[in-house]
Amino acid sequence: MDTSFAYILHLADNALILGQRLSEWCGHGPILEQDMAMTNISLDLVGQSRSLFQLAGELEGKGRSEDDLAFMRVEIDYKNCLLAEQPNGDFAKTILRQFFYDAFSFHNYTALLQSSNEQVRAIAEKSLKEVTYHLKWSSEWVIRLVDGTEESLLRMKTALLELWTFTGELYTPVDYEIKAAESGLGVDFDKIKTLWLEEVNKVFDMAGIKVPVGGWMQKGGKKGIHTEHLGFLLADMQYLQRTYPGQKW
Amino acid sequence: MENNWPLWEIFIRSKNGLSHKHVGSLHASDEEMAMQNARDVYTRRSEGVSIWLVESKHITASNPDNGDSMFDPANDKVYRHPTFYDLPEELKHI
Repeated sequence: MDTSFAYILHLADNALILGQRLSEWCGHGPILEQDMAMTNISLDLVGQSRSLFQLAGELEGKGRSEDDLAFMRVEIDYKNCLLAEQPNGDFAKTILRQFFYDAFSFHNYTALLQSSNEQVRAIAEKSLKEVTYHLKWSSEWVIRLVDGTEESLLRMKTALLELWTFTGELYTPVDYEIKAAESGLGVDFDKIKTLWLEEVNKVFDMAGIKVPVGGWMQKGGKKGIHTEHLGFLLADMQYLQRTYPGQKW
Repeated sequence: MENNWPLWEIFIRSKNGLSHKHVGSLHASDEEMAMQNARDVYTRRSEGVSIWLVESKHITASNPDNGDSMFDPANDKVYRHPTFYDLPEELKHI
């Protein structure tokens, strides 16, 4: 598989899978305003994935459309980080997952403004405006919930225990990311790691909580080895295209 | 869910040069959240370029019970409208 295709596909899958996860909140948000905030962010992410899937399809050169790539692949072909596919849990877990992802996504897109590929630069520029808002939104919620009530703090601590193990994968590159960095298409992961940790520490400091030290980091999603949750998500997301192939609206 | 968060009134300027107009209200625990909620609820279809918000408790409203004395007296004073001038045909947009 062409490494630049794999790299762009990975970026697209991150956005699509997290967007799909967030969309599950539609109609179930804690209050109407946050319901809308989450579905807005979900739509931003799905929009980002569309641009990236179109580009991936062009790079692959086999005539696969964005819909083919989004809906007609099997689990092992998805390259999203494990963090993106983790279940929503409660509001605290959704917020923390979003914050970890936004902190990565913000610095990743910022670095991609220097990509050697013009289309990637354009997608990064458009997406960065959206992600800047997402990061502000999720950062403020992290602070609010950690610094809120006993109950909200407990829920955030539980979420941190559950999610921290999936954060290492964000800044640990796999082969196609290393190739993409070398060719100038992708980003330097040493820098991303530093920036991500700084961002997380900054917000955690404001909130009054510490990042866990050490601990085993899960990996595999970027290579198609997923947690058991992705299959259920795909079954939901792909149902319509699998049942009525090529269906449009 | 019990919602004890204060109510905020939201004003949106639809484009530069126009004034902010009241568009509705929402609940939020603080100013930052109110601003983000307003952005997410009221500008997602490109309705605005600027948002003002104020906690509803800071708005002083006229009392509907005083409507008779507040507003009815203006009803028979049509001469306060500048509609009694003959304008030349060429004048437009007045």
